[in-house]
Amino acid sequence: MRPILMKGHERPLTFLKYNRDGDLLFSCAKDHTPTVWFADNGERLGTYRGHNGAVWCCDVSRDSMMLITGSADQSAKLWNVQTGAQLFTFNFDSPARAVDFAVGDKLAVITTDPFMGLPSAIHVKHIARDPSEQTGESVLTIKGPQGRINRAVWGPLNKTIISAGEDAVVRIWDSETGKLLKESDKETGHKKTITSLTKSADSSHFLTGSLDKSAKLWDIRSLTLIKTYVTERPVNAVAMSPLLDHVVLGGGQDASAVTTTDHRAGKFEAKFFDKVLQEEIGGVKGHFGPINALAFNPDGKSFSSGGEDGYVRLHHFDPDYFHIKI
Amino acid sequence: MGVDMAPAQSNKLRWGEMEEDEGEDLEFLLPPRQEIGPDENGVKKVVEYKFNDEGNKVKITTTTRIRKLASARLSKRAVERRSWPKFGDAVHEDVGSRLTMVSTEEIILERPRAPGSKSEETKVAGDPLAQIGKAGAVLMVCRTCGKKGDHWTSRCPYKDLAQPSEGFIDKPPASEVPTVTSGPSKGSYVPPGMRPGAERTGTDMRRRNEENSVRVTNLSEDTREADLHELFRTFGSVSRVYVAVDQKTGMSRGFGFVNFVNKEDAEKAINKLNGYGYDNLILRVEWAAPRAN
Repeated sequence: MRPILMKGHERPLTFLKYNRDGDLLFSCAKDHTPTVWFADNGERLGTYRGHNGAVWCCDVSRDSMMLITGSADQSAKLWNVQTGAQLFTFNFDSPARAVDFAVGDKLAVITTDPFMGLPSAIHVKHIARDPSEQTGESVLTIKGPQGRINRAVWGPLNKTIISAGEDAVVRIWDSETGKLLKESDKETGHKKTITSLTKSADSSHFLTGSLDKSAKLWDIRSLTLIKTYVTERPVNAVAMSPLLDHVVLGGGQDASAVTTTDHRAGKFEAKFFDKVLQEEIGGVKGHFGPINALAFNPDGKSFSSGGEDGYVRLHHFDPDYFHIKI
Repeated sequence: MGVDMAPAQSNKLRWGEMEEDEGEDLEFLLPPRQEIGPDENGVKKVVEYKFNDEGNKVKITTTTRIRKLASARLSKRAVERRSWPKFGDAVHEDVGSRLTMVSTEEIILERPRAPGSKSEETKVAGDPLAQIGKAGAVLMVCRTCGKKGDHWTSRCPYKDLAQPSEGFIDKPPASEVPTVTSGPSKGSYVPPGMRPGAERTGTDMRRRNEENSVRVTNLSEDTREADLHELFRTFGSVSRVYVAVDQKTGMSRGFGFVNFVNKEDAEKAINKLNGYGYDNLILRVEWAAPRAN
């Protein structure tokens, strides 16, 4: 396959997200402007100007009309996907990190970092149908976990919120009361910071990637550990194929060590694993720095990766990918 | 520097005033933008004119090839989104910005081992070991950890642990050190050509690569690098596959090169595949001749 290289960002990528139809790809980077691309040919459709800091995460509504972004400028913003206009700004007292729309797009979860003595927090916001009626009040605020919360997503039927972050523990919270329901086991769980978390297409299980050089597959209701994928590099990003039983892990050595070693030693490939057998299928090379973001097209026929090198690489699979046997 | 400045000064008064000058709209002096094509190959030419920093008129010709992608099933909403106007920074994007490019390099999903069998893998690994037995263990010296006769540099188990500086400077193995360190003092820069053992490994490597390069001609037009890799992989580990591609049409020019890690594998491939019918053409496989220059 010949990947499409998209060089719209001037700083390292942080997050990638496809819309539900798989025709748009949203990219966030440490420069201040999230960008939307056509997912088939990589053409740039537009940019969302307004943030004043690194943008860490984004999510798009099911009808692809609204985008939410979380940024280090201590705000999360709602955008009109089509025009790039700002609809609303949620202001916080510390940098916003993860954002996720609930099923139905009526609620959104936003996490904020620990900052100037403030602990990290998970905020649940009501999202109004009409942006002019939008308010900044939190429906619920959860505090408790130590350290940064790198990802928070909604559980089945919006009943739970799943969070993971620097303390290497995956937690499931009740989304109505804010009570802690489950916590991952210290023995079997991750040993270092969890950097990424992604749900399966049917939301029955989810995958976490960690700097302890492994990725783990969990049941979304019982939080039982299903599988572990061991690799030889810190994992910064994970993705699951919606079509085949494949998981993809991206990462590489710490960005600060990149220039001091040979590029082959960096292990910047996206590694494909068989989801069931936990065996490595192959690697896709190309980035000149660690991979920070991975996303699968909802049709499972292409995937994109974003790296510390500022490039988004969009890969359309060759036909023989769909017949790989172990 | 002063000489460079002279012609610029005739055009512009001072570099400090450049910014005001840019605001001045001279665009009406430029010929209009031209679009030619796309022709039957899908090659489209866009000719644009603009002023560069020195105020000179520059003609920019951008040649692009338009390809129809395989018809994908798209929802009505997605088709509608396709015609959305650009917004934000994307509005002012000109053809020359080249934000989106197709990689010139064919990327394959690299399998950790050949899908054929495990036994082949062990055989390949065994081969260099067998060679060493004959040639004497001196040949196989790991440049990363300096161990002799145990493994090749590329297979060094201590690759990640090694100090970066050690991996960078071609250090001779510990046993050879006393004879050579007399020259430069420790820590000072040693040019690659002066490093002990460097010249030898350099020529060695070049010769080896030339020897193990196989030229494949009379390929069909739609043979891709992945196909060649598939075809030649059965003979042993392949280090590089290249198919010459016409820049304009994107079609294969009908020949390519395959580099093998082991010479024996390359030989085997030539014996087996020369005259082999592939895609209704008869392949010609031979040793690649070194370039005339």
